[in-house]
Amino acid sequence: MNPLQLLVAPVVLIYQSVFLALGQVWANKVRSILTTIGIIIGVASVTAVIAALTGMKQSVLTQFESFGTNKVFILPYPPDTGKRVVWRWADLRFHQHDFDEMLEHCPSVATFSRNCDYTQSISYGTHTESNVDIVGIDPQWHQVENRSVILGRPFSLIDNEHARAVCLINKIAQDRLGLDTDPTGEAIMVGDRRFIVVGVVESRAESSMFGNGRSDAEVFIPFNTAYTPDNGFVVVAASKSPDVSDEAQAEITFYMRHKRHLRVDQPDNFRIEVVQKFVDQFKSVASAITMVAGGIVGISLLVGGVGIMNIMLVSVSERTREIGLRKAVGARPSAILLQFLIEAMVLCLLGGMAGLLGGEGITAILKSIPQAKLDQASIPGWAIALSFGFAAAVGLLFGMFPAIKAARLDPIEALRHE
Amino acid sequence: MVIRLRNITKVYRVGAERIAALNGVNLDVDRNEYVAVMGASGSGKSTLMNILGCLDRPTGGTYELDGRLTTSMGASALAHVRNERIGFVFQSFELLPRLTALKNVELPLIYARAGWFSRRARAKKAIETVGLSDRMRHRPNQLSGGQRQRVAIARALVARPAILLADEPTGNLDSRTSEEILALFNQLHRSGQTIIMVTHEPDVARHAKRIIRMKDGRVHSDLPVEEDPVSELPAPTPLAGIPLEVSA
Repeated sequence: MNPLQLLVAPVVLIYQSVFLALGQVWANKVRSILTTIGIIIGVASVTAVIAALTGMKQSVLTQFESFGTNKVFILPYPPDTGKRVVWRWADLRFHQHDFDEMLEHCPSVATFSRNCDYTQSISYGTHTESNVDIVGIDPQWHQVENRSVILGRPFSLIDNEHARAVCLINKIAQDRLGLDTDPTGEAIMVGDRRFIVVGVVESRAESSMFGNGRSDAEVFIPFNTAYTPDNGFVVVAASKSPDVSDEAQAEITFYMRHKRHLRVDQPDNFRIEVVQKFVDQFKSVASAITMVAGGIVGISLLVGGVGIMNIMLVSVSERTREIGLRKAVGARPSAILLQFLIEAMVLCLLGGMAGLLGGEGITAILKSIPQAKLDQASIPGWAIALSFGFAAAVGLLFGMFPAIKAARLDPIEALRHE
Repeated sequence: MVIRLRNITKVYRVGAERIAALNGVNLDVDRNEYVAVMGASGSGKSTLMNILGCLDRPTGGTYELDGRLTTSMGASALAHVRNERIGFVFQSFELLPRLTALKNVELPLIYARAGWFSRRARAKKAIETVGLSDRMRHRPNQLSGGQRQRVAIARALVARPAILLADEPTGNLDSRTSEEILALFNQLHRSGQTIIMVTHEPDVARHAKRIIRMKDGRVHSDLPVEEDPVSELPAPTPLAGIPLEVSA
């Protein structure tokens, strides 16, 4: 045998064993299907579970995205000192002019808006909508939220300075109140106060997560119109990009501590929430859940492996004479071992393929259920690779014992076997 | 010498008892000999056959096949020897039912790691030698008993073995087909093949050129066929229409 043949020969043997194994599977179709059902169900459920979790993660991330991942919330918050100290609201609350110099001192912050919101019912003619968000906003709010005025005009500085009774409404509010296609100049009632509509704002992208069952209708009024010291306000800032969220947080903290005259030993009496941090946390939690769920479902693959081992043992004892003959004509024990190992692996991989199709099917069904909100569910490439790798490993693991048994058969005994 | 057995013993343990199946066998077989091994059941002829075929290892003694000492070889090396130097023909043919005749013949070459083309060509040639060129795409269950045994003989010959070992090759065949198979053996022998055949039928054994009779695990007699009692049997009435040789 020349060196090239020595290199090629094992490959040829493997390839022949694969063909032989496929032939065996084809010859015992019903049995092969029954045997691989464990693997099929295992792979199908692993891939479907991972697909569903991936879809869930994606839909949550999309909601975060529409919410704005570069947003930073600044709110009054009593410091957690561990002691039972009662904080007075008057000491905690933000003052109207606390943030006037923030942009100069915080280079990572692009813009911000002071928001004070409460809920009220609104009405126009006979139409009434209750539990509506009424939000007092600064004109920069449109940049922070990335929601522009689609009809009419935004608030002017005069609207704010004079605390005028003007409002912007979103599209949903316009529809609910039965307003004309151009509602500017109309007067609506917010609580018991009359407001003139000056413009219409885009409705926010659907974000059920942060809804709390409130109405989707929104009404915006100038900050000074809405502001009362008792209600207070929060600040929503936009960092220049999600990547500099941490810097923005640090800069704002420094600015706020200075503004509120906190000494070094005093804790923050405000809180800064960075959306990007939630996103990062959510991502790591979601990955952990995916791993754990995939792992638990993956146990079913091991159960499938036991089925494979069982059928391989049957196959070895059924084909004892064949093994004897193969040995008599010169099959080495290693060739017999390889043949049965590959047969087990082929069974598992075929089962894996069928299971993957099943997983795709389940994923398609999940996607078509509108309430499930899993329209972004899909089996990621790594899950496909993983389940195939796992199926092959199961074949290798559970095929090993029957294959060793076959390889160790005594050729004389095997040929005598009935 | 193709085969050189020296003082071969084989002892089986049954519980605490030791049963000697072979009890010091010495045997030389030269190239192109045609030997029949005879003996009653329990005489040790099957054990001898298994050892000659490298399917089993003796308890003691040495066995040289084609100049190679096999008695010290491991399972893998013995498999290699069987593959290269020994062709087996069994009483019950032992063809793989799902493979065509041609694929069955190719089997030893697969384990010899021959390439596809040379495998095909050599298998076809071997099938031609046994006169079954028109049946090579058939599966065993589509062939008669005699044809199956010829496929098995082609499989035994395909790797050009040093010895052809036949274990009761006509045991499952009617007398007419048996004659055909023995005619094929005659032809192979004439073309230079070394053949060792185990049989208990004198009518079969008389085709060989040398008769070895086994008794109690020893070689009882080892004579040319002319001197052995089998030649004194009345010649079987030739069956009409059976060619003494198979036309290739």
